[in-house]
Amino acid sequence: MAYSEELREQARQIMARYPEGRQRSALLPMLHLVQSHDGYVTPEGIALCAEMIGITKAQVAAVSTFYTMYKREPTGDFLVSVCTNTMCDVMGGQRVYDTLKEYLGVDHDETTADGKITLEHAECLAACDYAPVMTVNYEFYDRVTPDSALGTVEALQKGERPAPTRGARLCTLKEMSRQLAGWSEDRAEALADNSLGDATLAGARMAADNGVTAPQIDPATPLVKKENS
Amino acid sequence: MASAPSAEVLSKLTPVLTKRWLSPEAWKIDVYEQLDGYAALRKAVEYHPDEIIAFMKESGHRGRGGAGFPVGMKWAFIPQNDGKPHYLVVNADEGEPGTCKDLPLMMNDPHSLIEGIIIACYAVRAERAYVYVRGEAVHAARRLRNAVEEARAKGYLGRNVLGRGFDLDVVIHSGAGAYICGEETALLDSLEGFRGQPRLRPPFPATHGLYASPTVINNVGSIASVPHIVLGGADWWKSLGSENAAGTMIYSLSGRVKNPGQYECGMGITLNELLELAGGMADGHNLRFWTPGGSSTPMLTAEHADVPLDFDSIAKAGSILGTTAMMIFSDQDCPVYASYRWIVFYAHESCGKCTPCREGNYWMTRVYRRILSGRGTHEDLDTLLDACDNLLGRSFCGLGDGATSCVTSSLKYFKQDYLDYIEGRRKPLLNAADLVGAH
Repeated sequence: MAYSEELREQARQIMARYPEGRQRSALLPMLHLVQSHDGYVTPEGIALCAEMIGITKAQVAAVSTFYTMYKREPTGDFLVSVCTNTMCDVMGGQRVYDTLKEYLGVDHDETTADGKITLEHAECLAACDYAPVMTVNYEFYDRVTPDSALGTVEALQKGERPAPTRGARLCTLKEMSRQLAGWSEDRAEALADNSLGDATLAGARMAADNGVTAPQIDPATPLVKKENS
Repeated sequence: MASAPSAEVLSKLTPVLTKRWLSPEAWKIDVYEQLDGYAALRKAVEYHPDEIIAFMKESGHRGRGGAGFPVGMKWAFIPQNDGKPHYLVVNADEGEPGTCKDLPLMMNDPHSLIEGIIIACYAVRAERAYVYVRGEAVHAARRLRNAVEEARAKGYLGRNVLGRGFDLDVVIHSGAGAYICGEETALLDSLEGFRGQPRLRPPFPATHGLYASPTVINNVGSIASVPHIVLGGADWWKSLGSENAAGTMIYSLSGRVKNPGQYECGMGITLNELLELAGGMADGHNLRFWTPGGSSTPMLTAEHADVPLDFDSIAKAGSILGTTAMMIFSDQDCPVYASYRWIVFYAHESCGKCTPCREGNYWMTRVYRRILSGRGTHEDLDTLLDACDNLLGRSFCGLGDGATSCVTSSLKYFKQDYLDYIEGRRKPLLNAADLVGAH
């Protein structure tokens, strides 16, 4: 794969985020960047990172193979991740995963023949209050059932982009990798997409509904107590 | 069980960090400013940085990432006038099973974290801060990046912050999927562009952290609390918690409860009270075991449901407050299977650096599979405890220690469940065909 001057310039911009002489800090975002171009971490992507940062390809590969979000095989447009850690598993996540696995005919870290969907089982996705959860390109689909998950995947196959419960409207995995490399969301409406749910607000809403508040503050309270005052 | 909570228990709700979540556009800077946003920063810069550090010590604020280390003390460890750059690194790599409080905070109130960062950097005299946000947390990162841009445009970040003569740059750095990077020294290695593996301590990050320079590493909740504490004062913050545990905590309830979710209360509330807030156990479920602070904290039982949930009381009960992630399991859930699934997780996430953790979790996974497939032996239980004995305290970081928690605590409280599989009284949960190569 040949990389454009534009992509190289983006890599230089990433390196500029870190102090002079500390450009190796750019490696993780740069791996996301090459993944946004190739769909996975290719030997060429590894070579580019090595060349630009000034380390060996072996050093880059040692890093890229350590992290689960760097994929070693071509991925689909949509990465479907089902949490099967203890809480989600107990609440039905394993059944969701098994259902999708059977329907799609692929197992963990595999991509459908049409190149559309990559399936994986994930460890805890930090949304246990919505267990069991599934993500598509890391946007949350909360409290999924085998049926609802199947419906989402079928919609993806038809070219639709079903809205996540929490998170932004879907983009492709390559587009998401660009954000992971550190670029801001350029879709204003995606930034505003929903981030709330009943579980997130459970305590705050209950307090508000019942008129319960934290003790009032006096913003003028001094931070340092003056002696003898 | 579904009755409304009593007035007494309701009054334990203390929305501080979660309050702005009710304003759906609080992630925008103009809305945030209308809701007291950046008022704490303006107040803080009226004081000398040393006074801010002394104030944070006085507030009794302790870290929210699991260890509960006093925040002011951590800041005070940073050597001043040493001629080296100082760094603040925010640990936003939320991934401890059961833990789900930092993501909603970053998604819905990102500026509180940014404002806390600016105050912290002013205090410890750091000109660069990095937020190491979990790779998968894309919506949180999206809102954080936007918040940084908004704050820069308003003069809260960049050169000469608020005209006060200090510069600050904040970078939102997305990780790439590794639980171990939530461990602070592994996080530093990852941020420096290496495999996320823990470092030997000492030297500690306070003197040799990021790029071998003095570094404060704090959890999202620890830093996002700072603006509230600065505005309300030390006495106010202390009044919200219990002795030795100032302030509020976001308690995250998941599992077999009617209304799982985030409940912010003063430190020292009990599980029974939290269950009352959450509408009780789900229909048909009775509390059997739970974790007070994620999967790395020893499980407790229904007997412990009245223990105050603060650092010291939970320690006395034999567990750890951790991240106040209450995973709640019922009489329909199996503690042996839950432990097995967690050990699979630890085996997957062990970075491989330390032999006890890498090998111990690998072999414990196999022992659990054998027990759960009905082929276990009584010696297997000794093997598990022996493996834990070799793991605990024998690895560079807490991942290995954390892995033993579910094994030893489930064997302590639920040994009979293990014996039921071994002695054939309970139907195997796993298929022996899955055991190829597992002995």
